[in-house]
Amino acid sequence: MLFTVTIGLAIACLLVPFGKFFRNNRSGLLALVPALLFIYFLQKIPEIGSGRVLFESTPWVPALGVSLGFRLDGLSLLFALLITGIGALIFIYASSYLKGDKYLDRFFGYLLLFMSSMLGLVLSNNVILLFIFWELTSISSFFLIGFNNRDDESRRSALTALSVTGLGGLFLLAGLIWMGSLAGSYSIGDILNQAGAIRGNTWYPVILLLFLAGAFTKSAQFPFHFWLPGAMKAPTPVSAYLHSATMVKAGIFILARFTPVLGGTALWQWALMGVGGFTMVYASILSLAKRDLKGVLAYSTISALGVLTFLLGMGTEYAVIAACVFLLAHALYKAPLFLVTGIIDHETGTRDLTRLSGLAKVLWPVALAGGLAAFSGAGVPLTFGFIGKDLIYEATLHYESAWAWYLTGIAIVTNTGLVAAAFLAGIKPFAGKIREEYRHVHLPSALMWIPPLLLAVLGVLAGLFPGTAGALLAEPAVKGIFQQYVPVQLKIWHGFNLVLILSLATLTAGAVIYLINTPRFRKSELITTLERIRPGVVFGRLFIRTKQVAAAYTNFFHDGYLRSYIIKIILFAEALLIYEIYRGGAFPIDFSKLSPVRFYDIGIVFILLGALYKTLKTSSRLTAVVCMSIIGYAICLLFVIYSAPDLAMTQFTIDTLTVVLFVLVLYRLPPFLKTKNVKVMVRDATISILFGVLLAIICLRVLMEPTRYNISDFYAKYAYTLGKGRNVVNVILVDFRGFDTMFEIVVLSVAAIGVYSLLKLRLKASEKE
Amino acid sequence: MRSTILQTASQYLLPILLLFSFFLLIRGHYSPGGGFVGGLVASIAFVLHSFANGVENTMRIIRYKPMSLIPIGLGLSTASMLLPVFFGKPVMTSLWIPEQLPVFGSVGTTLFFDIGVYLLVVGVVLTILFTISLFSE
Repeated sequence: MLFTVTIGLAIACLLVPFGKFFRNNRSGLLALVPALLFIYFLQKIPEIGSGRVLFESTPWVPALGVSLGFRLDGLSLLFALLITGIGALIFIYASSYLKGDKYLDRFFGYLLLFMSSMLGLVLSNNVILLFIFWELTSISSFFLIGFNNRDDESRRSALTALSVTGLGGLFLLAGLIWMGSLAGSYSIGDILNQAGAIRGNTWYPVILLLFLAGAFTKSAQFPFHFWLPGAMKAPTPVSAYLHSATMVKAGIFILARFTPVLGGTALWQWALMGVGGFTMVYASILSLAKRDLKGVLAYSTISALGVLTFLLGMGTEYAVIAACVFLLAHALYKAPLFLVTGIIDHETGTRDLTRLSGLAKVLWPVALAGGLAAFSGAGVPLTFGFIGKDLIYEATLHYESAWAWYLTGIAIVTNTGLVAAAFLAGIKPFAGKIREEYRHVHLPSALMWIPPLLLAVLGVLAGLFPGTAGALLAEPAVKGIFQQYVPVQLKIWHGFNLVLILSLATLTAGAVIYLINTPRFRKSELITTLERIRPGVVFGRLFIRTKQVAAAYTNFFHDGYLRSYIIKIILFAEALLIYEIYRGGAFPIDFSKLSPVRFYDIGIVFILLGALYKTLKTSSRLTAVVCMSIIGYAICLLFVIYSAPDLAMTQFTIDTLTVVLFVLVLYRLPPFLKTKNVKVMVRDATISILFGVLLAIICLRVLMEPTRYNISDFYAKYAYTLGKGRNVVNVILVDFRGFDTMFEIVVLSVAAIGVYSLLKLRLKASEKE
Repeated sequence: MRSTILQTASQYLLPILLLFSFFLLIRGHYSPGGGFVGGLVASIAFVLHSFANGVENTMRIIRYKPMSLIPIGLGLSTASMLLPVFFGKPVMTSLWIPEQLPVFGSVGTTLFFDIGVYLLVVGVVLTILFTISLFSE
């Protein structure tokens, strides 16, 4: 399974050098990647359907318990099929939709990155791996929303989407790690086995809330839903793929995946049913007031995500079956509606519902796709949407509590809104009289209208043969969620019962609302006024405030004076040291333990003191620098005497280079002013003397500590046997602690590049003048 | 400021110091020395030469931009760090050639790691110093 994830990433990388090849007509070839993966997953259906779960694991960071572990069960398979199947159609569609775009190769690179990370997310069997892919989907979504990066609005929407989902991702990470540490393993399989320990833990509510913060932000639940309508700035194929069919369902996926671990408690039910229930009603009503076709679709998607959250919150068998079926049905009707909208936008140049009508005359195959998708979305009998809607009512009616009727009530309100929204998006633009200006609209290339038509027809076919669709896809998915077999039998005709009456009533009510609700300018104005207090605006203000605080903080600490930086750093170090010394309490100094003072030590100390005095007294910068280097060399001598030749050598060369550096910049520096300001002198003297004294105390304390030379013994003992070197210092540097050295040299390189680029930029600027 | 004495001396000092730095690098594993100190000594050699003859002349001797040594050194160190992975061992395990070589003693990945550090240090120091000194002129 690893290859299914890496192949897309590899091809995305190959697009960087070979992008030109795919920029024109050949971009459609890239659809082969998802198409082949789709076939691969299709042929896994019988195996998974028989109840097997496939595992695959490659060690990655064994020390942290992170492995490239993948699992393929019914739930992953359902998602994988949606990702690759819809993906293939989206790739074909986009190659025509964005034909001639200058950055088409870049677009497909992002799309491949997204597809691979989404696949990785649903297949991973390790929570850390899952999180990495989770973040990758957010990042690729950011690039895709901001694809038209010359547009201010789309850049802002991309940033909002990234910060909302990214923030949620951090909470999710905390929740996942917490669960992992309680279960003693980051493997999802192990966590599922430890469900009791996690649900029984005192911290369970906190873990759940962290986890839900991640799922709700990703799946656009109220009050985090506002990023999704903004994300509609992305090219339409992206909206269809990421922001309707797959990525936003990642939150639903993890809710389903962790249902056996976190689900079933009162808190879980309250949180999911409360948030999901509110989101689905709120969004389905708002969707009717939009004039923009994509706005209608965005809000009805949010509503559908609310329905899914709501169903998973109920957690009964009926509800989970309904969730799996509705998930599939929604993908099969919402994606074609988006694609149809894309075609309308592409051909007429507008998505304004008040201007669009009668397009069926000129775009008949598109109208057919839109109509079929709208029927499925509205739940007209003989479509898959009908089955989904039926199951939702079954679930609410069978809910074992006094709440069953209230739940059914809000489901009716939501579904009525969704019916009207589906008609609004799929039928309104095609019905009625055509405007004169659109009479000459051409049918686009077949590459664009076949994908939505295919998906819409699939939605109808699945509705005609619900038993097959249920057995092949829904049943394994339900088993994947519950970890045990639950029979799923989908039928077109359940007999004449309450559910059927509710379905038909919803359909009628929705149709009536569709007929009397004409999108008007005033209505969307009203919504805009209402939305002044919506979460998105509050979030925006919070965003600006955060930036202000950050700016104030930065200006306070970074005032641009090197001396003030150094003072702050040293003061902070002093505070830490004082705290540490205070905490350690008093300690006796045993002078007999220290090595005796010899006459050459005294000599060196005198040299040190003399150089120090001269440094402070001199009025020339050069003298000060030279005196400083004398201090450095004197310390080198001490190193030599106390047998640390490696240190001495390094210190000696570094001191030499420091002097050279100083000399180079010397005459660039401002004149050396002796400060006459007593306050400044006292301040500097206090800070530096305190620092020296503290370090001396720490050194003495280290020497007084009872000798625990485990580490140095280890190094001394094994330097030759393991590291094959007699110079312990060097063996430590290149072998035992080689990673430190590696990072240090990386830091050095960064510093060099920094100096180079800063100075070169200034050089170039001055050359220009 | 051009001093004939310094100019003449630096002609001879440069190769000697470079040899010495290389010596420090090679012997590092057994006696005081190592890639870091070796690199510093080598860069001091070039800096001395540049003081006597001007940065442009030193750059001419090096021929390549000192900056290009940074990726080479970093790459060499990284490669020697990752090499054990291909032999199925954890990252940074030192691998050794079983035979003893003359002069070098036993040769292993750590030596190449150290050579990487050496090159990188020369690259970093010279990049910083030469950029600043060209800027000062």
